[in-house]
Amino acid sequence: MDETPTRRMGFFTDTSVCIGCKACEVACKEWNDVPDDGFVFRATSYDNTGALGADTWRHVAFIEQDGRWLMSSDVCKHCTNAACLDVCPTGALFRTEFDTVVVQSDICNGCGYCVPACPYGVIDRRERDGRAWKCTMCYDRLRGGLEPACAKACPTTSIQFGPLDELRERAQERVERLHAEGRTDARLYGESPDDGVGGTGAFFLLLDEPETYGLPPDPVVTTRDLGEMWRWAGVAAFGLAGAVAACFLRRS
Amino acid sequence: MRGRKGTVAGGWLSRWPVIRQLQGEDGRREAARSARTDALRPRVEEADSVARSVCPYCAVGCGQLVYVKDGKVTQIEGDPDSPISRGRLCPKGSASKQLVTHTGRQTHVLYRRPYGTEWERLDLETAMDMIADRVVRTRRETWEQTHEGKEVRRTLGIASLGGATLDNEENYLMKKLYTALGAIQVENQARI
Amino acid sequence: MAECHPVGYQWVMEARQRGAKVFHIDPRFSRTSATVDRYLQIRAGSDLVLTGALINYVLSNELDFREYVLAYTNAATIVSEDFRDTEDLDGLFSGYDPETGRYDTASWAYEGDTGQTDEMSEGDQRHAEAAGSDSYGARGAGSTATPPQDPTLSHPRCVYQILRRHFARYTPERVAELCGIAPEQFAELAEAITANSGRERTTAWVYSVGWTQHSVGVQYIRSAAILQLLLGNMGRPGGGIMALRGHASIQGSTDIPTLFNLLPGYISMPHAHRHDGLDDYLKREGGDTGWWGNRRAYMVSLLKAWWGDSATEDNDFRFDYLPRLTGDHGHYATVMGQIDGTVKGYFVVGENPAVGSANGKAQRLGLANLDWLVVRDLMVIETASFWKDAPELETGELSTEEIGTEVFFMPAASHVEKDGTFTNTQRLLQWREKAVDPPDDCRSDLWFYYHLGKRIRQRLGAGQVDPTDRPLMELTWDYPEEGEHRDPSAAAVLREIGGVDAEGRPLGSLRELKPDGSTSCGCWIYCGVYADDVNQAARRKPRGEQGPVAPEWGWAWPANRRILYNRASADPEGRPWSERKKYVYWDAEAGRWTGPDVPDFEEDKPPSYRPPEGAKAQDAIAGTDPFIMQSDGKGWLYVPSGLADGPLPAHYEPHESPIRNTMYGRQSNPARRTVDRPENPYNPALSPRFPYVFTTSRVTEHHTAGAMSRTLPYLAELQPAAFCEVSPELAEQVGLENGGWATVVTSRTAIELRVLVTNRVRSLRLGDTTVHQIVMPYHWGYGGGGLVTGDVVNDLSPVVLDPNVYIQESKAGTCDVLPGRRPRGAALRALIERYRDG
Repeated sequence: MDETPTRRMGFFTDTSVCIGCKACEVACKEWNDVPDDGFVFRATSYDNTGALGADTWRHVAFIEQDGRWLMSSDVCKHCTNAACLDVCPTGALFRTEFDTVVVQSDICNGCGYCVPACPYGVIDRRERDGRAWKCTMCYDRLRGGLEPACAKACPTTSIQFGPLDELRERAQERVERLHAEGRTDARLYGESPDDGVGGTGAFFLLLDEPETYGLPPDPVVTTRDLGEMWRWAGVAAFGLAGAVAACFLRRS
Repeated sequence: MRGRKGTVAGGWLSRWPVIRQLQGEDGRREAARSARTDALRPRVEEADSVARSVCPYCAVGCGQLVYVKDGKVTQIEGDPDSPISRGRLCPKGSASKQLVTHTGRQTHVLYRRPYGTEWERLDLETAMDMIADRVVRTRRETWEQTHEGKEVRRTLGIASLGGATLDNEENYLMKKLYTALGAIQVENQARI
Repeated sequence: MAECHPVGYQWVMEARQRGAKVFHIDPRFSRTSATVDRYLQIRAGSDLVLTGALINYVLSNELDFREYVLAYTNAATIVSEDFRDTEDLDGLFSGYDPETGRYDTASWAYEGDTGQTDEMSEGDQRHAEAAGSDSYGARGAGSTATPPQDPTLSHPRCVYQILRRHFARYTPERVAELCGIAPEQFAELAEAITANSGRERTTAWVYSVGWTQHSVGVQYIRSAAILQLLLGNMGRPGGGIMALRGHASIQGSTDIPTLFNLLPGYISMPHAHRHDGLDDYLKREGGDTGWWGNRRAYMVSLLKAWWGDSATEDNDFRFDYLPRLTGDHGHYATVMGQIDGTVKGYFVVGENPAVGSANGKAQRLGLANLDWLVVRDLMVIETASFWKDAPELETGELSTEEIGTEVFFMPAASHVEKDGTFTNTQRLLQWREKAVDPPDDCRSDLWFYYHLGKRIRQRLGAGQVDPTDRPLMELTWDYPEEGEHRDPSAAAVLREIGGVDAEGRPLGSLRELKPDGSTSCGCWIYCGVYADDVNQAARRKPRGEQGPVAPEWGWAWPANRRILYNRASADPEGRPWSERKKYVYWDAEAGRWTGPDVPDFEEDKPPSYRPPEGAKAQDAIAGTDPFIMQSDGKGWLYVPSGLADGPLPAHYEPHESPIRNTMYGRQSNPARRTVDRPENPYNPALSPRFPYVFTTSRVTEHHTAGAMSRTLPYLAELQPAAFCEVSPELAEQVGLENGGWATVVTSRTAIELRVLVTNRVRSLRLGDTTVHQIVMPYHWGYGGGGLVTGDVVNDLSPVVLDPNVYIQESKAGTCDVLPGRRPRGAALRALIERYRDG
């Protein structure tokens, strides 16, 4: 493995320029070969995919308010302190050289521990194969120096990808500018390293309270003692070694 | 998956994340990586060719790059060089690969005989011959040399609709052929 | 625009962030409305009251860009004393014939232009049926290069004064009463567009082509043209009127028209009752000043491209090989011909009229009465499968076993499986490289028509050639073949379109076209697309390596010009109107026009140029006349000829409206075309049975009639059901529940839709009446390989047409709304009959 340390990469989703087109949802699925999420008319404004899940890794929320129609593309937060990763007993979830959090589908055994661990309700098991799935921030693309599919497609640059420190600076400037224009509702969500998950690798500019968008106002990582967790997880996983090894052999 | 075989040959067990974690590596970083993960690269890097194309949906004309591997389209995404779209695509443009590769697409000639209740398959060449025969016959049967005493040299028996999703070259051949046939009811979405 | 052209909308979002103010005027609160500075909800079908009031605001406050207006428009031109306005005739212009419902346009001419008008008037009624405004208006019929003018704009019959009187009744109060837009909202809009126009600034108008789908559609766009000319926003950067078209090459299919009344390059198809030989045709097709004055060169070059060596001076270049029109041969006339049995065979190519055209039932009844039908598409669309799944089978109006139509479904190649050009909404041709071969039986339409043509020629050329077959046998039809499927070379076709000289060398520009048969060119406005024997449309110089005009990306017609009429971006002396809006200007030292774009003028024609007596074509256009296609070089505030329903826009209610027209004593456009047949019943105007206004729309997630979107899982899941948007007030009044079902009823049929109750739709207060509007995206159908299906919204719409271009009024109609799902089978027919009988 030739991992070269890089800067932490992330998403800044600026909902003040989101037009709700859902290009991000489709570009994500096309690149990552994510299955459709069913064909259900939800009568919830223009949202028919409902929420992030195993089969929807970018999700555009539509919030109808009096005279205002808010749109926001949600995604895995790639937390600094990621509980999903902490609880994963198989090592399927790992932190990449870009400081993103990725599930390795070839290792995931579908135990599902990660699902309740996520304070945002992002990671989810797919019924068809039992494994856990979520946004990888297009890890394969990143390894080739490409930006994630959603950010590339986004027509209005509502989704921006880049080194997290740069994005945080840019976001701060954007909020200040919106405030100067009188849009005092504008606020950042997830950009602070002091929050309950140590800040997120994917953060947002919102125009209303996080709850309005279905985001938890004060997310807290569900795990703390990481070293302890890991010894535990390793032992637990060892018990599965035989079964998984057989699986490897069969696939190769 | 590229790389898997090599990894297996090199001893998959020593690289299995659980083993490495037990050996003391940080189980949430390097130690967790599988061989497949190590081998991951964007599939566009493996393309045999990249065609510069244009989105087939609306009339904005966004640039697309079409990646091809082994004669199959493996990815379609925006062309960053385009002064129109700057590499971006809407949901429809982003679904272009599915448009051209999805399994529901009909790729064979279908034929419904008069009063028939089911589709039948038909060979392409046969279908072309049958259509040519029908054009010739209908044109003969409905030929109008004069109308209200004026020379018109036309047929009102054959009509056509479509063109807005076609190439200029295609519209050109259509109009050229229809006009030579004397078919004048040639229309497209631009009037709808 | 955010809804249907999201990637184009990035530029609007960027402009906003740089300080541009954006207004959105629409009956429907869409994604665009959500992301602009101001949204104005308007009653569907009342747009002309608003644009008329804006024009009145400009005129009555003298906020027009006077120097521009005087020099570049026909504001000063004096109109015939025979002309009578709607002000004089209570909603009619002079020349109306109540028997035929048509105008004789002679009295609309400029003063002194009667000679040409007389010439035009022979066969005029018939011609008006066969031709839209684009076929002879713009080329200056009934006009000369130098009509009489009053530069003081005080002559009572000058265009400026006619406009002032005509639009005086379009007031903010009328806007409130008919559009539902409050006076303060109107004031903000009017102040913004006038403050943002002039030397230093320009305002752009953008419409999507729903604006054309009205019985006064052409006049809607005319009203925007008047406004933009008065404010000096035409031919200048950041100005103009942008039509956002909905299909990848719908612009191309108009330029190289699969349209009945046109030949390539907006040349009219000849008409049996108007035209005898080529000379006669050219004489009657309009004036000989302005660039249309070269139309002999355009037409002869086209005939040479089609009939090659067979086309000679002696035989009028085979002008007689062109079939003749005798009336309206448009889409809806064709469908009625199918129902009547005159149309026997039908090709449908990448279009789905069973879902996409107005009055879907009439479409399907037409299909069911054909001898044979060829459908070319990616999917087995409803137009191909109507015989086994049309809704009329369920109602008993059709039966599969009794439908004699023989159907060929021919699978098409996709956009990555063939090379060729699309022309986008900005007139930009972009060449697509072929990525892969099409699968199985899939072939390009180029392949299909080329090989069909070959087969037909084989059949007709077997024995002695019948005289009626000569146009086919002598047709140039010998393109190089490529690959295992023997595809004709698209590049060779484009080269023919772009034009060659007598030696077969590609032409550099349309100025090289000759009237003597020594050049051939398949579409004169595309001449030069293969200049230097290079496919100019395939150019892809990255945006980062050239300026914002990006002239080396693709190729724009004409002459790779990116802004039309860009002479107007400089003042009459040729200087930029301002440094800020500098674009194309006269470099006096070099003696040339210069700038980042190709000048829309002969490069060396100085601003001081004045045409000599008797000058023709472009030589008749003065150095101060930017609108070079017009016979007088002026922007036409008033249209002396070429339109079927008046020289000026006037507000008429939609054919089906719940509101009385309080502007004039005429309810609806007196010249609109109705199709009075049993297949096409209308809702009576002002009928209490149909109290609600409906409009149709698109959503981002789908494409037109749906074959390219509801068949794809990734798009179908995003909008999986046909739905309607209704206000909470209407929902309560009718008893609709969010997420439930509604049945929408017109005289044509009733359909069922899922309900989205939303505050985005508001009931409009118009004086003491309340109007409820219902919005329906139209992408769904009953089959078509769709993963998601739904009733066909266009089944509700009537066929009633704009008299200029024969486009149907599908954006403003009336309906009733009932809670729950629609009745099935015979019960559905019974319901509609009850509504019709009242």
